[in-house]
Amino acid sequence: MERLDGNAAAGLLQEVFAREMTTAMETCASCGRASAVGAVHVYMDGPGTVLRCPTCEAVVMCIVRVRENLHVDLSGMRRIELR
Amino acid sequence: MAGWESATLRDKRTETARAATLHFAADGWPGHRAGQHVDVRLTAEDGYQAQRSYSIASPPEDDGDVALTVERLDDGEVSPYLVDEMAPGDMCELRGPIGGWFVWDVADGGPLLLVGGGSGVVPLMSMLRHRAALRSDVPARLLLSARSLEDVLYADELRTLDDGDEALDVTLTFTRTAPPDWTGYQRRVDRAMLEDVAFAADDRPRAYVCGPTPFVESVAASLVDLGHDPGLVKTERFGATGS
Repeated sequence: MERLDGNAAAGLLQEVFAREMTTAMETCASCGRASAVGAVHVYMDGPGTVLRCPTCEAVVMCIVRVRENLHVDLSGMRRIELR
Repeated sequence: MAGWESATLRDKRTETARAATLHFAADGWPGHRAGQHVDVRLTAEDGYQAQRSYSIASPPEDDGDVALTVERLDDGEVSPYLVDEMAPGDMCELRGPIGGWFVWDVADGGPLLLVGGGSGVVPLMSMLRHRAALRSDVPARLLLSARSLEDVLYADELRTLDDGDEALDVTLTFTRTAPPDWTGYQRRVDRAMLEDVAFAADDRPRAYVCGPTPFVESVAASLVDLGHDPGLVKTERFGATGS
């Protein structure tokens, strides 16, 4: 798996949230550390796009496209602050 | 351009044996900031689509011109077409500009520390061109790692910028082959090199590190190790693209 970062997922995130998201601050539900979305670790080789906490590597967000629909799992993210 | 828009290739210039700069005319382009990228989407006749992100090389001041410098990955789905086959007049789809975190505006101030590996210099070049276009005197340093002189993107332009600007220093290091008369660095960027070339941590430079994933992670870790504030070190990973 090739590790990228939040910048690589910025276009997809813009599709989901309809705004620029890399400057947003997310808080990991596992370790509680906050990170700019641009700095999270991103893996795009699989069937979906997986965003992981840069501190503890827990999954903070998962986005999967199924035909025309985007499925977004946000359970790994405690909160997100839009900036 | 919130969604996909078609764009026409206006001009293409060879940069190195493996890289070219593609100038697009994009209707409704809202302008961009230095460091942003665009998503490029190609659609085959059978409907198969492939999509990749490429950094914008041109500065925000180049109105109506979206220039992408693309390096050919031999096993790539998109870059061989963009570098070798796409011709002026051909069209593709663009989405962008994208990103707001890995960006630098002159108004952000400095000092500005740019560390690039291979084609990771592309978004950093947009920052330097932006800085030059506004005649900014923000102290700036670029440390660029390349396999050889033939692999250095924008080599002539970087030399001209460096020679004409006392507040800018450009440092090259070659990881495979150095020119015969070369007296500079001939190794991968490491902690000692950063200690020599980068601003002191106390100067609190805004650092932008871009390139292959192992390069970016090693440079960022060294900068933090040298005392740089992690909050001022921004990274963009291009993946394991060699170099």
